Amino acid sequence: MAEIIQDEGHGKKKGKKRAKKHGTHIDMTPMVDLACLLLTFFMLTTAFSKAKVMEIVLPEKSTNKDEKRPEVDEDRALNIILIEGDKVLWYKGLANPTKPPLPVLTETDFSKDGIRRVLLQRNKTLFLEIEEMNKAVTEGTLVLPRDTVTARRKKMMTNDKIGPVVLIKAADNVKYRNIVDIIDEMAICNIARYALVDINVVEKKMVADYLASQASGATSNK
Amino acid sequence: MPSKPPKIDMTPMVDLFFLLLIFFILTATFRSPEAVAVDTPSSISNTVTPERHIITILVSKDNMVFFNVDNGIDTSEHLRGKILQAVGQQYQIKFTPEEIKKFEGMSAFALPMDKMRAWIDEKDTKNRDAMHTGIPLDSTDNQLMMWVRMSRLYNSELEVAIKGDASSDYTTIKKVIDILQDNNVNKFNLTTNLESVDVDINNL
Repeated sequence: MAEIIQDEGHGKKKGKKRAKKHGTHIDMTPMVDLACLLLTFFMLTTAFSKAKVMEIVLPEKSTNKDEKRPEVDEDRALNIILIEGDKVLWYKGLANPTKPPLPVLTETDFSKDGIRRVLLQRNKTLFLEIEEMNKAVTEGTLVLPRDTVTARRKKMMTNDKIGPVVLIKAADNVKYRNIVDIIDEMAICNIARYALVDINVVEKKMVADYLASQASGATSNK
Repeated sequence: MPSKPPKIDMTPMVDLFFLLLIFFILTATFRSPEAVAVDTPSSISNTVTPERHIITILVSKDNMVFFNVDNGIDTSEHLRGKILQAVGQQYQIKFTPEEIKKFEGMSAFALPMDKMRAWIDEKDTKNRDAMHTGIPLDSTDNQLMMWVRMSRLYNSELEVAIKGDASSDYTTIKKVIDILQDNNVNKFNLTTNLESVDVDINNL
């Protein structure tokens, strides 16, 4: 294998007799073996892709109980209630028990044609606007530094006056995956305004009623 | 006539090996061994996890809460050791200097304070991993709160990453988020896998 072979001085010179030089053979096989081993080890353990994170910023918990909650425009409000079994219920507007009738819940799921379609339909203007900018940037017709692109997108979102205000609520026994999925949908659909909210009593009842009607509907169909 | 054994000059290959070896050694960042396997959910987010100054809260499949905090950039500050001592003080538990030193090199844990010493002293990794029962986070004995508070006291730059298993309950995550918000942490990094999605806008 790899070894250094030193030239043994063949051209014997006249004159003083020197001790015969031994050619130094260094056997490098073990070293090369080790290098191979280490190389394999490092290749296998190196993590090239670092873990990705999704950032969320929640509003500060207010200790002041009198503080008024921000009002949500009823026309723009879109409520999403996550329930057990990867299912999503949504309704438009606000559920106000003093002003019946209560809104009707619609069931959907996390698929491409599920909640995403609902969100996109309502957020079409902003979504297309942002898509158009992204396209222009990737095609090179619009040259902007990266920060500016993000800033512009943010500005578009703040200026958005017609898109939905999404209120995300989770019923009992919802898996963490569902929450991440729904927040991710917000990012996919470029929703400008959304919030994670606790489910209230009225909505709990609405969900229970909906599930009960589903169950009875299923039995009557048989 | 016996033919000479063929000699292959391996020098270029070995040269290349060393070059690659040096490259991998220099670029290597080690995955720290995790106490539990966590299967994170996926999202389209492209942001990279900060490497230093980060509290990692792991939530396993069976809703156990693990806590981990890194030593920061300057390891001579011994942040983990200081945090351990500070939390120990709250529960009247004293740690020996050896235990503190050992703790600095360890990773995520999920134990109530009274079991910490036994966990640090345990020599066998398998036994140690079997000891995790989850950090108590009830309102009567909220130890996660104490860990977060003390960590932030010693390192104010800390950010929080929540690494939850996709099939863990949202209730547990919500509890963790509530505790963090009580500690004035309002920005969270949810660790996710990268996935790509297709959006169909043509037939709305």
